[in-house]
Amino acid sequence: MTEPSQTPDAADAASAPLSRRDLLAGAAGALGGAVLAGLPLSLDGQQASPARPTVPADATKLQGAPTAAVGTRSEFVTAARTPFGETVGSSLTPLQDLTGNITPADLHFERHHAGIPALDPDRHTLTIHGLVDRPLTFTVDEIKRFPQVVRTHFVECSGNGRAAYRAPKPDMTAQKVAGLLSTSEWTGVTLATLFREAGVKAEAKWFLAEGGDACLLTRSVPIEKAWDDALIVWAQNGEPLRPAQGYPLRLLLPGWEGNISVKWVRRLELGAAPWMTRWETSKYTDPLPNGTARIFTFALDAKSIITAPSHPDRIAGRGWHPIQGLAWSGRGRITRIEVSTDGGTNWHDAEMLGPSHPKSTVRFQYMWEWKGGEAVLLSRATDDAGFVQPTRAALVAERGLGTDYHFNQIVGWKVQRDGQVLFHGET
Amino acid sequence: MRRPLMIAAVLVVGLGACAPAGDGGSAASTTRSEGATAGAADRVADYDAGAVPGGPGKGARFGLGRAASVAQVSLMDHDIGPEGAELPAGRGTGREGAALYAVQCAACHGPKGEGIAPLFPQLIGREPAAEDFRFATDPKLPHTIGNYWPYATTVFDYIKRAMPLTAPGSLTDAQVYALTAFLLSENGVIADSMILDAASLRQVRMPYRDRFVPDDRKGTLIVK
Repeated sequence: MTEPSQTPDAADAASAPLSRRDLLAGAAGALGGAVLAGLPLSLDGQQASPARPTVPADATKLQGAPTAAVGTRSEFVTAARTPFGETVGSSLTPLQDLTGNITPADLHFERHHAGIPALDPDRHTLTIHGLVDRPLTFTVDEIKRFPQVVRTHFVECSGNGRAAYRAPKPDMTAQKVAGLLSTSEWTGVTLATLFREAGVKAEAKWFLAEGGDACLLTRSVPIEKAWDDALIVWAQNGEPLRPAQGYPLRLLLPGWEGNISVKWVRRLELGAAPWMTRWETSKYTDPLPNGTARIFTFALDAKSIITAPSHPDRIAGRGWHPIQGLAWSGRGRITRIEVSTDGGTNWHDAEMLGPSHPKSTVRFQYMWEWKGGEAVLLSRATDDAGFVQPTRAALVAERGLGTDYHFNQIVGWKVQRDGQVLFHGET
Repeated sequence: MRRPLMIAAVLVVGLGACAPAGDGGSAASTTRSEGATAGAADRVADYDAGAVPGGPGKGARFGLGRAASVAQVSLMDHDIGPEGAELPAGRGTGREGAALYAVQCAACHGPKGEGIAPLFPQLIGREPAAEDFRFATDPKLPHTIGNYWPYATTVFDYIKRAMPLTAPGSLTDAQVYALTAFLLSENGVIADSMILDAASLRQVRMPYRDRFVPDDRKGTLIVK
């Protein structure tokens, strides 16, 4: 089984460089072409790829394409994940190609340890047992008959950003640095609803969640999370979960490390103490310089990343540009996002583009006039738990370079005089 | 204390997940705002499915699902906790495990348990540096069973549920005991002559178990 951190590293090495246009720079040329063709401007914009799609010179002079049962992206859009590994695998969300707050379901990052199981929703069940008054088994249809809730939350692998933490390199992309992060609007039922249905005994302090994949992935969860905000979900962004996200049912523990939101969940066992599974002992524990390792480090701390501009963008023109990105916290709501254009000497409040939901991402924006000089663009998030995103130096001093998870250090981008944008990780 | 409808609508989408843990009971709705849309809890932790519009009432059940029988649960419930109370009958030795390992495990984890980076982790090894548990300062130090894993029961549990990769869950309990014995003895945790069964596995104490500490990160300006 793979070390989650190694996967992103290896994925980066294995994946082809993302073909992506510089939204900031070459806007004029590409825009012209797209507008002439009567096509929506693609997210990833002008493409250096030789395989640029062919379109009519003037799309207003002939009939367009017919309707279709299922939509597809414009051929000009090349946003893609970075699949790596066969059954033990991961693929990273192309953060630099996204706008708004929601991750399209087919670009949601993947991380699994025994492949993506093929499950029949008519045969899949969820069983709740152990320290309960009434052990119960639910079909997927029965789960859907409970009152439903709709909530926006991010899922982030706690190994997200390990490569950029341990060895930042100028050619790292936003996808490489933080692509084990995605945000969805989830539909499901609160776990508290199901637990009340089964009647949890007073001595139950933890529950074990087990997935229906080939490694029967198990994690122990403190019972308080069930009474707080835990969900059993079956849909993301208006449609059933994608198989890679747990179809037909997954546990979703808002704000906590992704691994514990057990996908393909089939069993919840109530117990008095944690089970000490492989995924909470040999993995997902955090070594510290004092010779100990933290265990059960669930919450993901306040974090942010600028996604535009980002490597490999090249800013061609002086003048005004939006600096945009995402901020999120597993402890609550993002209350403040600051941007620096001078490497952290001065900080300015950025604007939030939309509501800041708890344990969700929020897109931020800060308008910046580039005058052609060198600049280092950084972002810093603060949440309503009072946590301020730390520098890499501060994290390394506290946790060491070899610590394995929870990398929420400030990162950014260096803009060279020629407009080239390079990753700046040594904050 | 009437709230604007707009706020109520947002609340439905899920405000307030930062609330402290709930009371673990069915009477969680005492702080609900009178004016909010019925069913829209002020805090996620206050949400009560029974109290939603048209529902059966505060804390009430819906009566969905069917009783899960002991027999049905036992088909799925193979967890082995750290006390080892659930350990099954059977026994195995490291010698038996060595032969099994060569056939079932070595292709991925290497003949000596050295692993194949990055997909298949190293299982065996007690590097000198690990004696100080210097994982935070040395990223290259492998997290082997012997120098990192805090509980021996986890080895049994994981092999039984997930291994081998090409036929997960296919090993007998005796084979799992044998493989666990092999891995523990190769890691210098138990004697290679030890016969591993439920009683003896419960007695195994991993070398670095006491190095694991609760999460003490603070949600404050102080980075920990």
